Amino acid sequence: MLELRKKKKDFVGSLAIWFVRIMFFSLVLVLMLLLGKIVEQGIGTISFEFIFDDPKNNMTEGGIFPAIFGTIAVTLIMILMAVPLGVCSAIYLNEYAKDSFFTRIIRTSINNLAGVPSIVFGLFGLGFFILFIGRGMDEVLETGLLFGQPALIWASATLAVLVLPIVIVSTLEALNSVPKSHRDASYGLGATKWQTIKSVVLPQARPGILTGTILAISRGAGETAPILFLGAAFFLPNLPVTDLCIGDYCIPMINPAKQFMYLAYHIFILATQSSNPTKTLPIQYGSTLVLIGLTFLLNITAIIFRYRFRKSLGRL
Amino acid sequence: MIEQEKEFYSKSKDSKYGKRIKKFTRTKESLIKIFFTINGVAALIFIILIFIFLFKEGFKSLEHIGLLDFLYTTRAGADGSTQTVFEWYPTSTEPRYSLIPLILGTLLTAIPATIISTIFGVAAGIYLSEVANPKWKEFLKPLIELFAGIPTVVLGFIMLVIGASFFNDLLNPANRLNAFVAAIGLSFVIIPVIASLTEDALHSIPNDLRMASYGLGATKWQTISRVILPAAFSGVSASVILGFGRAIGETMIVLMAAGNAANITANIFLSVRTMTATIAAEMGEVSQGSDHYYSLFFIGIVLFTITFILNLIAEMIINKMRKKNTF
Repeated sequence: MLELRKKKKDFVGSLAIWFVRIMFFSLVLVLMLLLGKIVEQGIGTISFEFIFDDPKNNMTEGGIFPAIFGTIAVTLIMILMAVPLGVCSAIYLNEYAKDSFFTRIIRTSINNLAGVPSIVFGLFGLGFFILFIGRGMDEVLETGLLFGQPALIWASATLAVLVLPIVIVSTLEALNSVPKSHRDASYGLGATKWQTIKSVVLPQARPGILTGTILAISRGAGETAPILFLGAAFFLPNLPVTDLCIGDYCIPMINPAKQFMYLAYHIFILATQSSNPTKTLPIQYGSTLVLIGLTFLLNITAIIFRYRFRKSLGRL
Repeated sequence: MIEQEKEFYSKSKDSKYGKRIKKFTRTKESLIKIFFTINGVAALIFIILIFIFLFKEGFKSLEHIGLLDFLYTTRAGADGSTQTVFEWYPTSTEPRYSLIPLILGTLLTAIPATIISTIFGVAAGIYLSEVANPKWKEFLKPLIELFAGIPTVVLGFIMLVIGASFFNDLLNPANRLNAFVAAIGLSFVIIPVIASLTEDALHSIPNDLRMASYGLGATKWQTISRVILPAAFSGVSASVILGFGRAIGETMIVLMAAGNAANITANIFLSVRTMTATIAAEMGEVSQGSDHYYSLFFIGIVLFTITFILNLIAEMIINKMRKKNTF
């Protein structure tokens, strides 16, 4: 009797557990199928020329090099702006600030900032960076309309504000995980606060900070909505590069005042405003594969870093 | 103070050299502290600036467009009677700025997406936390997080090219691009969010509870459904709220797959236009300083406020849960 009851209960339970299992693996299967489709369609297009050539013939032929270059340039400047600010403010919050009303406000707003729609950041970039700072600079410097228009630097700055919460939160997590005993040991040896942070806390937190940085790059490179009206261009014949000359010696530099092509924006444009959809479809799959490959590579690196970081903390 | 310490300090006071170093390091230390404080304050200032500039530009729209005009427009009909219309038509000679179709469009994509994602996301979270072999979990959880990193423009493109045709053949909807296709696309973004946060919430339930349940003779499923899930209910609901917030704020997928026609409808198989897609589609062409321009910022305020409230609720729930779980 008892045996029978137990069996019946187990039957319903294991059915439910199998249901959960099937749901999970069907989810993985669908995602794999989508990825498989992109790889299958896109792999034929990818070649050396595709990566390193300019688009030709109204973008129905040729490569996507300007879009890749623009993506790298924008994310590079974004990282230069977001990472120092993010890491330093995280150090302030975790090491210097006392738990006060003020710091609690900062923490809450950073958490909330991460959930603000990316298009709203685009509006902010337009209203603050282009119209307020850019136009303001034009008026003060009397440069006409140089800064007060969509440009690479404003797109980078907007994306930097967008990824700031990612950098701050992951740095906070990394700093928080350094054991208090290590700090105490450092103070005990006579080190000052900054010496402790510099030689004890930061080296241990480095993998965590790096994880946040990589995730920020991946997020910035994949984001399209905020840069729609911040300088991403349909097609540009030239790279956003200008020779920076000191005397006779010239080096090509990224010109942050120019418009740029962007990989994610390129996919959007090809998908919605293509002049010849059947001809551009392979290029589109190719660009998608490049973008997905890029973000996956970054994310996998971040995941491995974090895995090692957590493992090393477990050993301490 | 111990004797040795006293001796140490008295010595350093006597030694002129030591004292000077101490003063130098102290200034350096306080300068460094000021530097980090400035950075912390700067981060806060950026957050406040977002708020200020969004609201400053958005509220300018109220100078010409009344608050009620964002809800409905009254027009004189052909026969002299007045009729109330709910239309988003900002470029017409008689501009109409009703946000009702946009809000309905947003809800019509976000709610189905959240329902689908809750079913799959919570199931995936339960699987990862309770069912999966711990060795597999090490590999499967990062896999789900990896999918969360797919750029949304890629998902929009996939829904546009593959998804729309697939559902067109399957369900034969009224419009090829419709709210349902967009909702499916949104699910791909939200399922990883809900799955990951649900897994965290379930994982944070102390093991004692599981052991106690097994000890009372409960089976695995009974433990999950009657002990773990009720205990983690607040965490799971927070994940669903965050997922809903993401669905409302997502731009590229709805811009590409929802059809972008500002219909007032409850039919999920019709084209709709969301708030985010409206900003994205119209901001590029609008002339700066026009009513239309400021009204787009006003939509931004609405979006910002909704998502901010949702995030705040989710954070409050999570904080409450954390307090409860630390015994």
